[in-house]
Amino acid sequence: MTKHLISSADLSRTEVEDILETAASMHDLQRREVKKVPTLRGRTVINFFFEDSTRTRSSFEIAGKWMSADTINLSAKGSSTSKGESLRDTAMTVDAMAVDALVIRHNASGACHQVAQWVRCSVINAGDGTHEHPTQALLDAYTLRTRLGDLDGKHVVIVGDLTHSRVFRSNVITLGTLGAHVTVVAPPTLMPSGIGAWSQADGFATSWDLDPVLDGEGEHGPVDAVMMLRVQRERMSGGYFPTAREYTVGYGLTRDRLERLVARNDDVLVLHPGPMNRGLEIAPEAADSPQSVVLDQVSAGVAVRMAVLYHLLAGEDTPAPLPASAPEGAVR
Amino acid sequence: MSEGDISRALRRIGHEILERNKGSEGLLLLGIPSRGVPLARRLAACIEEVEGTAIPVGELDITLHRDDLRRNPVRTAHRSRIPAGGIDDQVVVLVDDVLYSGRTIRAALDALSELGRPRAVRLAVLVDRGHRELPIRADHVGKNLPTSRDERVHVRVAEVDGLDVVRISGGESR
Repeated sequence: MTKHLISSADLSRTEVEDILETAASMHDLQRREVKKVPTLRGRTVINFFFEDSTRTRSSFEIAGKWMSADTINLSAKGSSTSKGESLRDTAMTVDAMAVDALVIRHNASGACHQVAQWVRCSVINAGDGTHEHPTQALLDAYTLRTRLGDLDGKHVVIVGDLTHSRVFRSNVITLGTLGAHVTVVAPPTLMPSGIGAWSQADGFATSWDLDPVLDGEGEHGPVDAVMMLRVQRERMSGGYFPTAREYTVGYGLTRDRLERLVARNDDVLVLHPGPMNRGLEIAPEAADSPQSVVLDQVSAGVAVRMAVLYHLLAGEDTPAPLPASAPEGAVR
Repeated sequence: MSEGDISRALRRIGHEILERNKGSEGLLLLGIPSRGVPLARRLAACIEEVEGTAIPVGELDITLHRDDLRRNPVRTAHRSRIPAGGIDDQVVVLVDDVLYSGRTIRAALDALSELGRPRAVRLAVLVDRGHRELPIRADHVGKNLPTSRDERVHVRVAEVDGLDVVRISGGESR
């Protein structure tokens, strides 16, 4: 296992499967009266969140605590970052307190990769800019596997604002690692440039048109699961689409679309990484349907993050010396 | 130990467990992965043969409770399978292949305490090879194998390895 988890591409298929297997045993723990194991006793995990978050931060904190690690939460507001300290100084300050892992959410893509060059402890990416969010992809894969079994050849459709989505990027990698077929759907303005190069990869397809894909007329045929991405309201004024209503008509999982999906496959799954904009990218009927596994995703989040902490921190002690001279360049 | 030796030892342990417990009432067998699990199933089959009633069998994964996690590469944790009735007020018999330092059993006792409060916990092992590092002993032993620390005891069971055998290798020739 690697020391850091920066990108979903850091994990081989065996490693992903090991983490998901461990996560299953962690999931059992959540149903117990005593939700605690002594595995990471004496380890310290710092959750450093430069961006707002409910589920990722709380689930990392719970995950650490249930594993008996000491977890501490820091946010940009209320830390020295608000006094103008650079990311590098902040990271090295925290690292100097001999912590074992730094869980980082940052608005700059590549921030976690950069921090990993500066510190001795393990770095876990909890979302960096529009780059990646690997633990989200793992918990989505866990949720899908729980319901669908082996993901080899299963077809997952990801719909929404791809350009700004780190969840989508990590999911495409992890689902690909597990052998699933992925079709990504977005309006042309929200399709990342250069995605044509991605679609060379096996089992990966793109589309600007949602309905034919949901009807099983796309490259990968019938749909096993649909993942709706959040429309980030701050993008609304960016000219990516004319109105919210127009987005819903073209790309929302409306009641009508859900009914057609269910008519074809009763066991189809609806995922959403949250927080949901009900009525925009996902209709309330779809969010609360029996097909929706949104809350399963949240509950899997804790188990998967426990498994990630376990695999990164439980092994042999290999205290790397502090780097003599840290490399140049700082992420603001 | 040959296939026959192993089967006779398990049969005797099955009888001992029943004798000690005065029947199969409240008995629950938990195998410790990996080879304790098939052994627990076979013990349960022996007991069912004698008593005519099936007794619950489960698996207890102890990975998260090991005290040597920091000395070894990370092992994948597996799910424990605890029979539906739980372990509260049951007589839990832990089943493992080899009893050596006793550290696995300590971890198993810790894992058990998080699952509930059994009426009693007993330990059945196929081989006791000595060299305990903790004050732990087995209630039921298939065979005592005096070994030196630089020898290795290999237990192979049909369900995992395709054959039943116990062998000692390494150390000075004996």
